[in-house]
Amino acid sequence: MSFGKWFRGLGVSRSRGKSAPQAYADPYIAGTGLGLVLLAAFVIAGRGLGASGAFASGAAGVVAAASPARAAANPYFARYLSGGGPWREWLLFEIAGVVIGGFLSALVAGRLRAIIERGPSLGRGGRLANAFAGGAIMGIGAVLARGCTSGLALTGGALLSVGSWLFMIAAFAGAYLFAPIVKRAWR
Amino acid sequence: MTTSLAVAIMIGIAFGWTLERAGLGSAPKLAGQFYLTDLTVFKVMFSAIVTAMLGAFWLARLGVLDLSQVYVPETYLLPQLAGGVLFGAGFVIAGLCPGTSCVAAAAGRGDGALVMLGMFGGVLATGLAFAPLRDFYESTARGSLTLPDLLHVPYGAIVCAVVAMALIAFQIAERVEKRA
Repeated sequence: MSFGKWFRGLGVSRSRGKSAPQAYADPYIAGTGLGLVLLAAFVIAGRGLGASGAFASGAAGVVAAASPARAAANPYFARYLSGGGPWREWLLFEIAGVVIGGFLSALVAGRLRAIIERGPSLGRGGRLANAFAGGAIMGIGAVLARGCTSGLALTGGALLSVGSWLFMIAAFAGAYLFAPIVKRAWR
Repeated sequence: MTTSLAVAIMIGIAFGWTLERAGLGSAPKLAGQFYLTDLTVFKVMFSAIVTAMLGAFWLARLGVLDLSQVYVPETYLLPQLAGGVLFGAGFVIAGLCPGTSCVAAAAGRGDGALVMLGMFGGVLATGLAFAPLRDFYESTARGSLTLPDLLHVPYGAIVCAVVAMALIAFQIAERVEKRA
């Protein structure tokens, strides 16, 4: 048995031909790699991964720049103003790293392309509208739940947090409930 | 820049790299999860949870990791239930979650950038309209409650149960994908 084929797509390897992008990594191998990154975060930083917190900190920074008094009086944004301030939040730097890592990976795999990805029966405008609306709805949900797929589901899931598992089940349920309604966007 | 922020960037780079390697920078691939044609989201997420869970458990056992020093996301039952359902609905409409939207945008996907913009707008608007939501947001608080605490079962037993569940779920996922 060749173990090499399991790790195909995970590291840097030359893609076949100029136009053909490298194949994606095996999901179990990539998932194990992601788990090791999360474990490294636990050991080195004493915390897990995250994404929505970076958006919240950025929003707090924008509100504070527009109106410092309003930001300080807002109990949701005020927490991001302590310490080094909203622009020195750990998650903001982590998410900047995610952008760099995603870019580098796409670059070496030959997947770097300026396109709008969408379902076969949805136009570009419709896709962009859905992307914005879906993002906004996730934003509301992430504020209420205190996290998203990264910080709450993945991180708290591995630490066996009850709220994380509840969120994960609720999020998959919400997605499967809504999937038939927006089927035209993807199928 | 402080060491901790440099560490944040390094961890983020590894996080973004792994997500992109798995194909999670592509919205139609993620959406396939919810039409049962491509279960990559589930497989990646649960292999990652199982790996980090086992790692944290054994490193704590061996005395390498002090779990009391690791922040456990706090539980707020109703806000996380309602927020989760909303989040899931937004996820299937957007085709990307907040972390993967950053990877998609970094790979040049315009839809990924719009998900990021929408996410920012949603968080900003909800934050500005926070006052009437605050009671609900603070409700049903349970602190750093974990499954072993809740079920009064040893930590190791829950870890074994999650691994067993994941192994069964992976088998089911493979069958579902073959049928699609």
